[in-house]
Amino acid sequence: MILSRRSMLGGMLAVGPASALDPRFTYHIAPVLVADGIWMIAGADEPILPGNGGAIANIAIVATPAGTVLVDCGPSLRYARALKAVAEGLTGKPVVRVFITHLHPDHGMGITAFDPAIVAALPGTISEMARDGRGFSDAMYRILGDWMRGTDLALPAISIASDHEAFGGRSLRLLALSGHSAADLALLDERTGLLIGGDLLFHHRAPSTPTADLAQWRKSLTALESLPHKGALPGHGPFDPSGTEAVAQTRDWIDWLETTLIDAVRSGLDMVEAGEIAIPERFSAMAAARYELQRSVSHLYPALENRLLPRVDKQAD
Amino acid sequence: MKRRILVALLPLLASGAVVARAPYPQDPLHSPMWTAHAAAIFGDDPVRFDPRITLKYPAIAENQRSFPVVLDARGVAGVRRMVIFADLNPIPVAIDYRPSDSAAYIATRIKLDQRTPVRGAVQLADGQWLVSGGWIDAAGGGCSAPPLSRVRGDWAEHLGELRGEAWATGEAGTSRLRLMVRHPMDTGLVGNIPTYNIETVTITSATGAVLGELEMSAANSEDPALTVMPHAAPGETLTIAARDTNGRIYPASVVVPGMRAP
Repeated sequence: MILSRRSMLGGMLAVGPASALDPRFTYHIAPVLVADGIWMIAGADEPILPGNGGAIANIAIVATPAGTVLVDCGPSLRYARALKAVAEGLTGKPVVRVFITHLHPDHGMGITAFDPAIVAALPGTISEMARDGRGFSDAMYRILGDWMRGTDLALPAISIASDHEAFGGRSLRLLALSGHSAADLALLDERTGLLIGGDLLFHHRAPSTPTADLAQWRKSLTALESLPHKGALPGHGPFDPSGTEAVAQTRDWIDWLETTLIDAVRSGLDMVEAGEIAIPERFSAMAAARYELQRSVSHLYPALENRLLPRVDKQAD
Repeated sequence: MKRRILVALLPLLASGAVVARAPYPQDPLHSPMWTAHAAAIFGDDPVRFDPRITLKYPAIAENQRSFPVVLDARGVAGVRRMVIFADLNPIPVAIDYRPSDSAAYIATRIKLDQRTPVRGAVQLADGQWLVSGGWIDAAGGGCSAPPLSRVRGDWAEHLGELRGEAWATGEAGTSRLRLMVRHPMDTGLVGNIPTYNIETVTITSATGAVLGELEMSAANSEDPALTVMPHAAPGETLTIAARDTNGRIYPASVVVPGMRAP
């Protein structure tokens, strides 16, 4: 029998719900309590790879009297659905707010699982997601394939204009910063003093710079340092109970990175050679260091060359 | 006259009439285009894969519009030509460099239109070709997306601006020259934007002797960035002339500085 296109499509649709539960594409969501009523789900300290389904960013679950608050929601529809189920099971309350810390797809593409009316981000983040979302989506589908099934582009409907939000007595301070991207949201839980740093903070994991402004990033780290807080939940890497180590490590890396790349341009290295520079021993415990160095060379080197190498054309003044 | 392999490739590929005139060695990368490119670039000359020449590149193609590669054949004597090509790019050959009086080293940045083998090939004075390379995974569209300066609309304001610097290297009589040219390097594969690229760069000494000359295609990145190693002593002036496909010449000069105390 020759199947018509219609009956084939019907048959494929019928397979849909079963494949959504395909064990090959199931995320393991394992929240760990890091403060009173706050859990962290650790992302893999790796690049976005088919083996991790793109679940590389840390996610926070905050239990409040008004309901469950999420900070970031992962890379895909599948991830965010699983996250929602786990979070609501943990707190016994529905998700009432999802904060997206910045535009990158490992943190925010899962918002497609939620009503956009409960999703909040900084205005700059929303406009960047509108601008870059299609490209991120293409890249994520290319790398992750079926992990991304059903993940559509969506934008947060709430543009953050306040410096705090109260959830039935539990208040979160909202810090509008920048540097990892043009708009980075950090949150401080006023009850426990826990700082949720988004990707302004990397811990035992090399910082990534695709949209970075290193000078702004330093200013934001200074702001976080002077903000009284206890532990810090970084965007990537393990929880930092000290609250200071992740800040210091992130600053140390971006300072080293910038100095090193400036030296490389000044001493005549090409991009390939700059990506092969020895990484200091003190960063040896940092995951993905070589990978992020080579990415950062791609992100930052052309602008440094443009700034540091002199004009040599004969018509130039 | 110079053989123009960048141009010579096109009719060959278009006709599909690929005749392997020499038995090329089996391709360790198993590329579907190996025999076709070998016929176009190497012709009847002997070819072998050789670990003494190295093609270096980063582990990840972070930007498919600008992927850095270094072809280093300083480990072999008598290098006459150095070619960098990507098998599955619509414009395969990026660089064809003759280091006439330079160390056998060249770095550039190329566009990647999809996952592809990227290769370096070096021809020695006796005519034989040594080849090296690897597969690079890349997101698509490096050759078929408009240059950023065309999207911004400011390409003409900076066209032909050259930046660069020279350094004396540890080896006596060898310098390192880096050059960046502002140019859109249009591939002709983007709607309503015809091919427009730097096509030759010549480096000469103070006495007018040619130290190196290269042909380059639009498979090089927008605002191409080159690194070469001309034989020139501290204090010498290197003269550079780049020419684009509209016949416009971009002249520049760079002085090799005196050796700094180590």
